[in-house]
Amino acid sequence: MARRLWFLALAIAIVLVLNAPAFAQNDPSSTTLPAGGGSAITGQLLDGDDNPVPDVEILVEQDGPEIGRAISGADGFFRIAVPAAGTYQVTLIVDTLPDGVALRDESLATLSRVRVREGLEKPVRFLLGEGAGSGVSTIEQFANLTSDGLRLGLILSVASIGLSLIFGVTGLTNFAHGELVTFGALVAYFASTSAAGPGLPLILAALVATAFGGAFGFAHERLLFRPLRRRRSGNVALIVVTIGLGLFLRNFYLLVFDGSPRPFDEYTVQRGLDLGLISPRAKDLAIIAVALAVLLAYGIALRRTRLGTAMRAVADDRDLAESSGIDVERVILVTWSGGGALAALGGVLVGLSDTVQFDMGFGLLLPMFAAVIVGGLGTAYGPLVGGVLIGLVSQLSTYWLSPKYRIGVALAVLIIAVLLRPQGILGRRERIT
Amino acid sequence: MDFIGVLADAFRSALGPSAAAFAIATVGLNVHYGYTGLLNFGHVAFLMVGAYGTAITVDQGAPLWAGALVGVAAAVVLGLAFGLPTLRLRADYLAIVTIASGEVLRTIVRSGGKDSLTHGVFGIQRFADDFFDLNPFPDGRYGWGKFAFSERQLWVLTVGWTVLILVTWFVGHAIRSPWGRVLRAIREDEDAARSLGKNVFAYKLQSLVLGGAIGALAGILIAIERQSVNPDSYLPVGTFTAYALLILGGAGANLGPALGSIVYWFVIEFTNGVLNEGIAHGWIPTSVIDTTDVGAVRFMLVGLALMLLMIFRPQGILGKREEVLLDAR
Repeated sequence: MARRLWFLALAIAIVLVLNAPAFAQNDPSSTTLPAGGGSAITGQLLDGDDNPVPDVEILVEQDGPEIGRAISGADGFFRIAVPAAGTYQVTLIVDTLPDGVALRDESLATLSRVRVREGLEKPVRFLLGEGAGSGVSTIEQFANLTSDGLRLGLILSVASIGLSLIFGVTGLTNFAHGELVTFGALVAYFASTSAAGPGLPLILAALVATAFGGAFGFAHERLLFRPLRRRRSGNVALIVVTIGLGLFLRNFYLLVFDGSPRPFDEYTVQRGLDLGLISPRAKDLAIIAVALAVLLAYGIALRRTRLGTAMRAVADDRDLAESSGIDVERVILVTWSGGGALAALGGVLVGLSDTVQFDMGFGLLLPMFAAVIVGGLGTAYGPLVGGVLIGLVSQLSTYWLSPKYRIGVALAVLIIAVLLRPQGILGRRERIT
Repeated sequence: MDFIGVLADAFRSALGPSAAAFAIATVGLNVHYGYTGLLNFGHVAFLMVGAYGTAITVDQGAPLWAGALVGVAAAVVLGLAFGLPTLRLRADYLAIVTIASGEVLRTIVRSGGKDSLTHGVFGIQRFADDFFDLNPFPDGRYGWGKFAFSERQLWVLTVGWTVLILVTWFVGHAIRSPWGRVLRAIREDEDAARSLGKNVFAYKLQSLVLGGAIGALAGILIAIERQSVNPDSYLPVGTFTAYALLILGGAGANLGPALGSIVYWFVIEFTNGVLNEGIAHGWIPTSVIDTTDVGAVRFMLVGLALMLLMIFRPQGILGKREEVLLDAR
């Protein structure tokens, strides 16, 4: 079967190559500029298993008038020349998708702000997944959803440790935590992919992003929250401050990064590996390995180091910790830095697993709250338990429900958890009253 | 630079339908946050059920007044549904659960197909013709030069400001009544109110329902003005904006929402105008900010204002400092 498909793809490719010049003459809109020069919008359409999707129509417009159209080739590639640098709208014509393939997010059929620079090719990406009627067995679907859910859950755990610990040591519910996550992904994007950046390999860029995330968390505490604590601002006032901070940062990111989602330039196109029941991409395995290693290191640091013990003591009872000689302010500063670093690393992992976008962290904020509350707000290991649980439940729900309900499922778990066991799985009752 | 034009636009926005509707929504939020100390972060959901209750009812063939009643009733039900399980929780839990519930509700409204009750992402349009048929103003432009409204806008904002005055008057009286004093006592010290034999939970629930119903009125007004409802108009940022203008005007002050809304819309539209003019005349290089970025700059300003106000002047323009510096639980 696979072999026959290859022959078919090869045949289509040969036909396309042979017909290409004639094609260009018959359809002036597909190549308005000589090939090879000038600006263009390009991309490759891949389905959920990273197989190319041919014969899908892509339309480019600029605020109304049509600029050009193209049909994806046998390798899934498409290229549409545009006359000049500027902002374009790129639409995938959903009706032309083959059976069994659908957009993962139907609202992203049109990328409304694709900015093309003079003389450069601008890659765009449409995230495709399985539509109705794909021929994968039930057990395989389940196994794949479980491994996806595990990956999502572990990322969620890494990203939300800071949220839980900062609450634990200071009592602050940080509604701007998502912006720490986005920050990490943006720094990594700048360091690795952006034309203006140094062009580091992504692995180095992830380390840089983690370090910058730590510094960003440090700055949050030193420049904003420590002074506010000194002024004895109330809990509710601080929550409103974090809302304002989040709104400010998110729109600042929008200003510098633009609205369109963009992938890192490495590891974007990966075929699923065949591991029996599951077929993860190599980068999925890498993400799971990194997340597990980080979580293990975190657990050991919390158990075995003096600082980790101090952190748990402050989270447990601040006054008691202070009176037994622990420098609480220093512990809080370390918690902010560590939490910021882990959130940034989580952001890089989300960007690697999906794409980088200015509001990716805000989208994760409520699932992160769900993870820490289900696990136990303020507890050290709560985010681990809660994150994996939320990841698995929301991902597995897509077996029965449409993926667009995924976030709804995560939040429904959160609401049920708050009603039934507000202290979370690992929390204790007195924290929440 | 067309300074007069920018100023006229700003004044028109400060008195326009959006300002009136946001002021009404914020009166509801003031009942929650300003008077009772409830940190409701899902306020935009009340606007959504008000708007959708109206639009769906009319879409199914009922007259507009019945739709408006359904909208308010839906908000009352939502208030009970939000409040019954969550009002016993601490402030931050209430905040998280209300914002999450609002998003779940929006996801459900959004997920239907074109033929479903809510019409999914397509929304519902043209359901408020009844309202505009009642318009007593003849066709034309009302105002001076650039500061002018069409007869439709004038009708919407006449009704809008009238509703705002009525709800402000009503809430003012309610808050000065014995009932309102209990609400404020709960905000100051919940345990003290409880020790005086007050059923704190019941009062909080009544506050949530009243504020939610007022929020629904705002939602209905916005929906009528636009003749359209769409799930993506009810993102959490709507709630945050209402907080910004409540804190600007003064949380816990009866005229705070109205003043906050007028000042907010004036400042936002004025900044928009200055930025757009600056870009058009080339004073602001497009490499720094171009016209598509102006929206982002607006929300950056909202966020910054929210932070700075909360840090340096938490009582806003009209509030009392000792009333807003409480650590509500």
